[in-house]
Amino acid sequence: MNDKVIETDELTKKFGSFTAVDKISFSIEKGEIFGFLGANGAGKTTAMKMLCGLSKPTSGKAKVGGFDVYTQTESIKKNIGYMSQKFSLYEDLNIMENITFYGGIYGLSSKEIKMRGEALVEKLGLKNETKKMVASLPLGWKQKLAFSVAILHEPKIVFLDEPTGGVDPVTRRQFWNLIYEAAQRGITVFLTTHYMDEAEYCDRISIMVDGRIDAIGTPGQLREAFKATNMDEVFYSLARGAKRSE
Amino acid sequence: MKQFMAFVKKEFVHVLRDRKTLLILIGMPIMQILLFGFAMSNEIKETKVVIVDQAIDNSSAKLVARIDASEYFDAEIRDLTITDFNIEAAFKKGDLKILLIIPPSFESHILHEGSAQLRIIADASDPNTASLLTTYLTSIIQDFQKDNLSIQTIPYNIEPEVRMIYNPQLLSAHNFVPGVMALVLMLVCVMMTAITIVREKELGTMEVLLVSPYKPALVMISKAVPYLALSWINLITIVLLGVFVMGLPFNGSILLLFVESTLFILTCLTIGIFISNITSSQQVAMLISLMGMMLPTVLLSGFVFPLENMPKLLQWISNVIPARWYYVIVKDIMIKGTGFMDILKETLALLTITAFFFIMSIKKFKQRLA
Repeated sequence: MNDKVIETDELTKKFGSFTAVDKISFSIEKGEIFGFLGANGAGKTTAMKMLCGLSKPTSGKAKVGGFDVYTQTESIKKNIGYMSQKFSLYEDLNIMENITFYGGIYGLSSKEIKMRGEALVEKLGLKNETKKMVASLPLGWKQKLAFSVAILHEPKIVFLDEPTGGVDPVTRRQFWNLIYEAAQRGITVFLTTHYMDEAEYCDRISIMVDGRIDAIGTPGQLREAFKATNMDEVFYSLARGAKRSE
Repeated sequence: MKQFMAFVKKEFVHVLRDRKTLLILIGMPIMQILLFGFAMSNEIKETKVVIVDQAIDNSSAKLVARIDASEYFDAEIRDLTITDFNIEAAFKKGDLKILLIIPPSFESHILHEGSAQLRIIADASDPNTASLLTTYLTSIIQDFQKDNLSIQTIPYNIEPEVRMIYNPQLLSAHNFVPGVMALVLMLVCVMMTAITIVREKELGTMEVLLVSPYKPALVMISKAVPYLALSWINLITIVLLGVFVMGLPFNGSILLLFVESTLFILTCLTIGIFISNITSSQQVAMLISLMGMMLPTVLLSGFVFPLENMPKLLQWISNVIPARWYYVIVKDIMIKGTGFMDILKETLALLTITAFFFIMSIKKFKQRLA
């Protein structure tokens, strides 16, 4: 039984003469929380797009959830969830309508949607607000709701692109509780972040510089390897060597 | 299919929840028809015409009576010799558009010299109205002359009999109802579809949709569905208003009009989708829809300005304006009552334009994903 849900081998993406992602190889196990770090323009988003089946790699191999990123993008899409750094729910729809919509396009039956939707609002403490427009919710609630909706269809992997941007520390903490809970249920979490303290919460992290993965390991391993007291220092010592920036 | 229904349902919620926009979209055709119908009419009704009768004889009285009796004019007799009626001042005030002077001894000129002269003065600062008014007035005078002549015996009298077919009263409703139809459908379909798709891009929800197993092409189609429904509502509203309020005839097949209209709606939706694919902000999408589609639709569809009088280049450009073809189709079906074979050319033109934008949209879309 292969427990590796994401496996890449020298995965590369070029735009003309520009190599956005340069031969990255790594693997992620089931239930892992994997932090995908890097400065702006390091190639994180491009790499993530390839893994989500949105963008065809130029060369190299990659499997997501056991499916090939070249040929089985449809199967990949069915097995992943996604939450973008931009807010991904519809503000002019109420909470339940958002849940019903996303459940609907992932092909859940109305019974499943009803059951999971009710459990979801119950857990988030939004039971009495299901008819409220999402626009009227505070940002922290929106983010938590967006995450819960992204894993409504029980995907193998959930991709989170800077999920906690602009959220206060308390809500961030609550948000991470949701992430841990999902990981415990066996959902692999793949996230990008700019907060180095958040990187410490991950099981394993990788740091991208100029399209390459320059470091990969548990936060403890990385601190040790770079003789640093915290992730900030690790990140700076790597990012200093970067040639390109945004 | 179930996914499709879930998506379409969501789109309807978007449309129905935005009450203001919805009200505009449904109210607009009604407003336009009523405005065009009652305010922008280029028909003449009871226009004031000042007649300066210097002759005051039998014939001049008959002529004045005839003009006054017509439904187009409301005659007002002025006497230059008694009052100090100033022609120029009256025109400058703006309430006088046309003036007729009957010179002294009008009748005796007719009887003894066989010809008499009249002077018509019209305010040509609005050339369209001026030429319309003079045409109407001249034709009344010609009628009068004809009747007078028939009493006497003149050997040669050639009378061209002009018959305006399909629209004998030259009602402008025949012109603008099909025009408004094309305009409104264009506006709803092109602009609203473009905006609604670009909005998803702006909000970032498009990304989430692309990552989902829902097919990107279906995203576009589902987003267009509510506007197809809205267009049908508008179509029915305009036809009903046109027939029952504006008195437009409906000589052709209702089914054919519906099918052709749906084709035109699809053309517009495809163009809207295409615009959404080449833009990334709602403002740009709106500008392109307005400048790129609405303006040519108004100017080059033949609805406001006759295409026949335009330079060859513009005539040639007008061929790619979908509304130009649809306008002809609607007029043909409703007013002339033609069948499908007679509008085959126009139908093919619409099909070609639709196919073109459809292929371009798909190409553009694939490029963006690569």
